[in-house]
Amino acid sequence: MQVFPPSTNTISRVSIFGALFFAGGLLFVVYMIFRSPYVTQAHVVQEQPVPFSHEHHVTALGLDCRYCHTSVEKSRFAGIPATETCMTCHSQIWVNSPMLEPVRRSMRNNEPIRWNRVHDLPDYAYFDHAIHVNKGVGCTSCHGQVDKMPLMRKEEPMTMEWCLACHRQPERHLRPIEDVFNMDWVPPKDQLALGRDLIKKQHIPVDRLTNCYVCHR
Amino acid sequence: MSIQSQMTNGIDLAAVRERLAGQRGPRYWRSLEELAETPEFQAFLEREFPNGAPEVLDPGSRRTFLKLMGASLALAGVSGCTSQPGEKIVPYVRAPEQLIPGKPLFYATAISKSGFPVGVLAESHMGRPTMLEGNERHPDSLGGMDTFTQASVLTLYDPDRSQVVTRRNGKISTWDLFLHEAVRVLNARRSSKGQGVHILTETVTSPSLARQIKAFLEAFPEAVWHQYQPVNRDQARAGAKLAFGRDVTPHYQVAKADVIFALGSDFLAQGPGHLRWARDFASRRETLESMNRLYVVDTTPTITGGMADHRLPAVGHRVADFANFLARELEIKVAEPGGPLLEHEAHWVRALAKDLKKNQGKCLVVTGDDQPAVVHALVHAMNQALGNVGNTVSYTEPVEHGAVDHQESLRALAGDLDAGKVEFLMVLGTNPAYHAPVDLNFAQKLPKAQFSVHLGLYEDETAALCQWHLPETHELEAWGDVLASDGTATIQQPLISPLYDGRSAIELFASLLGEPSRPGLEAGYEIVRETWKARSDLQVGIDFETFWRTAVHEGVVEGTSLKPVEVKLAADLAQAPMPKRPNDDAIEIVFRPDPTIWDGRYANNGWLQELPKPLTKLTWDNAAQVAPALAERLGLNNGDVVELEYEGRKLEAPIWISPGHADRSVTVTLGYGRTRAGRVGNGTGFNAYLLRTAAAPSLGSGVEIRKTGRTYLLAGTDLHRNVMAPNETGEAAAERHLIRVATIDEYRKDPKFAQEMEHVPSPHESLYTEIEGSVDRIDREHGATLPASGSGYAWGMSINLNACMGCGVCVVACQAENNIPIVGKEQVAYGREMQWLDIDRYYQGDLDNPETYHQPRTCMHCENAPCEVVCPVAATVHDDEGINNMVYNRCVGTRYCGNNCPYKVRHFNFFHYSKPKAPSLVVLNNPDVTVRARGVMEKCTYCIQRVNEARSAAQISGNPIRDSDLKTACQSACPTRAIVFGDVNNPESQVSKTKADPRNYGILTDLNTRPRTTYLARLRNPNPEIETESTHGV
Repeated sequence: MQVFPPSTNTISRVSIFGALFFAGGLLFVVYMIFRSPYVTQAHVVQEQPVPFSHEHHVTALGLDCRYCHTSVEKSRFAGIPATETCMTCHSQIWVNSPMLEPVRRSMRNNEPIRWNRVHDLPDYAYFDHAIHVNKGVGCTSCHGQVDKMPLMRKEEPMTMEWCLACHRQPERHLRPIEDVFNMDWVPPKDQLALGRDLIKKQHIPVDRLTNCYVCHR
Repeated sequence: MSIQSQMTNGIDLAAVRERLAGQRGPRYWRSLEELAETPEFQAFLEREFPNGAPEVLDPGSRRTFLKLMGASLALAGVSGCTSQPGEKIVPYVRAPEQLIPGKPLFYATAISKSGFPVGVLAESHMGRPTMLEGNERHPDSLGGMDTFTQASVLTLYDPDRSQVVTRRNGKISTWDLFLHEAVRVLNARRSSKGQGVHILTETVTSPSLARQIKAFLEAFPEAVWHQYQPVNRDQARAGAKLAFGRDVTPHYQVAKADVIFALGSDFLAQGPGHLRWARDFASRRETLESMNRLYVVDTTPTITGGMADHRLPAVGHRVADFANFLARELEIKVAEPGGPLLEHEAHWVRALAKDLKKNQGKCLVVTGDDQPAVVHALVHAMNQALGNVGNTVSYTEPVEHGAVDHQESLRALAGDLDAGKVEFLMVLGTNPAYHAPVDLNFAQKLPKAQFSVHLGLYEDETAALCQWHLPETHELEAWGDVLASDGTATIQQPLISPLYDGRSAIELFASLLGEPSRPGLEAGYEIVRETWKARSDLQVGIDFETFWRTAVHEGVVEGTSLKPVEVKLAADLAQAPMPKRPNDDAIEIVFRPDPTIWDGRYANNGWLQELPKPLTKLTWDNAAQVAPALAERLGLNNGDVVELEYEGRKLEAPIWISPGHADRSVTVTLGYGRTRAGRVGNGTGFNAYLLRTAAAPSLGSGVEIRKTGRTYLLAGTDLHRNVMAPNETGEAAAERHLIRVATIDEYRKDPKFAQEMEHVPSPHESLYTEIEGSVDRIDREHGATLPASGSGYAWGMSINLNACMGCGVCVVACQAENNIPIVGKEQVAYGREMQWLDIDRYYQGDLDNPETYHQPRTCMHCENAPCEVVCPVAATVHDDEGINNMVYNRCVGTRYCGNNCPYKVRHFNFFHYSKPKAPSLVVLNNPDVTVRARGVMEKCTYCIQRVNEARSAAQISGNPIRDSDLKTACQSACPTRAIVFGDVNNPESQVSKTKADPRNYGILTDLNTRPRTTYLARLRNPNPEIETESTHGV
């Protein structure tokens, strides 16, 4: 007796291929999820104890990045300003603003403000601000147009793939040293030629930038 | 194979002897098990980890296998789904000046042991000290470190440190309550001028503490200041008095000595000043022209004995006979010796005497602090007779304040305690309830004090018997001052405010003396400044602030070293009786401080517990060391538990057969068997103090050894990671020339002896293509990496076996720098120790007096790295500067790399060893290095975090990295500068110059691995009158 009707052939073929496509699709979905802002937290605004506006301080008031992020040229860590730095101005202006109460409380009680980290790399990745800033990687290349952000968010996914894209071809992103802190810098038409020039000028060992120990140790 | 079964394999020493006798040419061996080819040794040789993780105990069940595989596949991705928890950034409220977040700051200070310091530069990461480096300006460091100092940063964060003031029975109290009570008791004693008031300290060199003790004694003139530490200079002091009629301290100019005789002295590894002596000693073994010669007579094998050109083992009681015989040879009038020397010994000493006489004024005789006073006196006389005084030896007044005989001082205190005369007792930092001579019964007498208080880092055995215990600050938490062995002062500055409610001894004194008390750190600061303000002689032409700032900044106070004094031999040494020699058949017992935990004070320091002891390679335990000959006669094996009976007291101890140990002698090291050390130190080893009497603090005769029939697991590392599996051609392990040695004559004849010992394959013999982009080039003939004409850095290391003494400080420095966890005794027994750097100790020659060699072995950063080709996930790959990168976040833990590494330098995290046991230990970690979790391989990275830091700085400044910009942790700590690291692509770098030396060789280069780490062969400078034929087969 024939148990399987002829349609079984079709069904089995379809289900075999279907399973492949299904598995492939599943993988694709997982891949997309891992690159989505849901996981990378890119473009997601982090809540902070004080709703600090980079837009206001940079664009409206014209503060330089280094006024607050003092160690960005000297150390791997750019530095988050001490309460004292905020109070240089805010002891004079907006002294009664309720938004700034956490800052004043910090000064009064000698207790630091606990900010939420926006750009958080894995602990096994060692990023160094100083070398990037000194070699012509601009602030906006990684952090985006901070001067247009009322509240701070991460602009790029900060995945290893994203880091490597630049470490493999730094010429696509390098800019002259004097423009590193320039918020409005846009790559010129001949960026690739300029980038190659800068690599030579800055003695950037391009072939070594993808060595594992550059970032992991 | 279980741990237990390891212990049942005995060693047939007779067969071992036979094998060694039949040996042609040199044979270097690491353990008796290796010579006896025990199954245990074979197991470790064939598999790096013979005790692997247990496999699935379900024989033949395919279903289980599939189930597990399915589950692991399903779960494989899940681990990636967890996202990191959000982090906080916590900036300062007021940013301190000079601090750049992310950059460490270095502060000069000093860490002391029994009063004598090593000057350090403490690395501080945003206010927390994580690492100590030697201070080049400090006379007792010169940039080098010793293991105790290096590991002291772990003690700072030790969660077992005492944290609060306690009354008896551990009741929590406060400083105020204590001070109220103590001042009340003291005030009651004022009428009797302080009768019944006693203070007990260790050796005091601190000018501030001395000043306060003096003030205290002025306020209470009848009060008594006692000093006791178990490893002291009583005999040395008595010897100086015997020779010169007064107490003076000898200082050695080792660098000026062509011939050195160490008589029962471990001067390269012990005593204040030993780091400088070791540096000076090594500096005289750099070139053929400068080679000095070292003769050693010792009982227990020591580091100094291992460096000797000629070493004779002698039981402790005969050391004086050697001194007597040599003195006679040098025409010094001496008393009758306790006994004669054997014929070969007499020949040896005569040759030595001739050598010394030939080098008058350029030689040096030293003896150990534990030798009898008369030996010290004879040594002083010999140096005088040889014209060494003023050249290689000078004398100064004692550095320490109020130097006394420690033994007598403690005996007096014990007597007063017993008589009930002690009404106020203050014990500062010492632990007599644990380490006082056993016949003083100090622990029983201590509770008789009417008021007793103990100040210490731990709530130890003494604290338990005192009415009050006060937590002491660590030296990195308090202001202080301390004098080096030559008197040079260091002002100690705190790196961190006290973690707990601790105060320092000087702060305690200030409170007791009723000085206007400000709390904690500030009080200490004022006291130390007060002390130095008074030294106006040092501030000529500068104001005090400048003086103070300079002194604190430099880590030394200029102009404080002591001036040499003139001495004259006072006594007729012929009248000084020599010690009587006991019955020749009696077995003697030798007490020595432990090489890693000293007198017990470091028992709770895991780094030091797990550091293999330089000679025995044991960890976590002490053992009764005996000579192979004695073991043979008594039928003893490693790990056999014996009962030692000495003067009616009994103690059980495991046996360790120590090649080169003097016959008829058993050595026990102090410091173990503690009951209140802390979680790490409690219950490790046996307490040798239980046999140590006041009459025989270092040496006693008539110990009986009885077998108990039981065995004890000793976790030694001498079987582990043995780099000697036979190669493809079946060449025997011993012939692979890991250690290469020549006498200076052999070296003169054939400077390339080391490189000729091995065949290095040419490139076409290799299946692998040349590494692309590599700047490396190899000297085809000799296998040494040579600088290439390429551009960019190429990192390499050179280790000078002529300078390495095997002290182990590099291992601890590496552990501190690279966040390496400790694993515990059981895991060490399995061969799973994590230290990236192993120091292999090799013996050569016969069991009774072998030559000793040390070889630090760590990742060789092979240019053709065998580990890289087998890694399925490319977690270990080369970078363009020639470093073998280990990428932890890629590693999936197959352990193929470890399996394929011929040097066995890879370490696998079988468990989550790095899991913090306490919050305080988390802050100890170096923030620049990843903390590795379970299932990850790790190994030496050439301190890549330092390389990256230097490279980044160099790229920013535009100047290339020079030698002075970059030192690995091991290199920086090494007291003899045996380790050199740098750019082999730069012909001017020190490492390039070192590698150009004809003695340069790599190990296992016949595998065509092209190691970047190479060695400089050891040279010996034997006296032809003693050594007539070569033993090295060169």
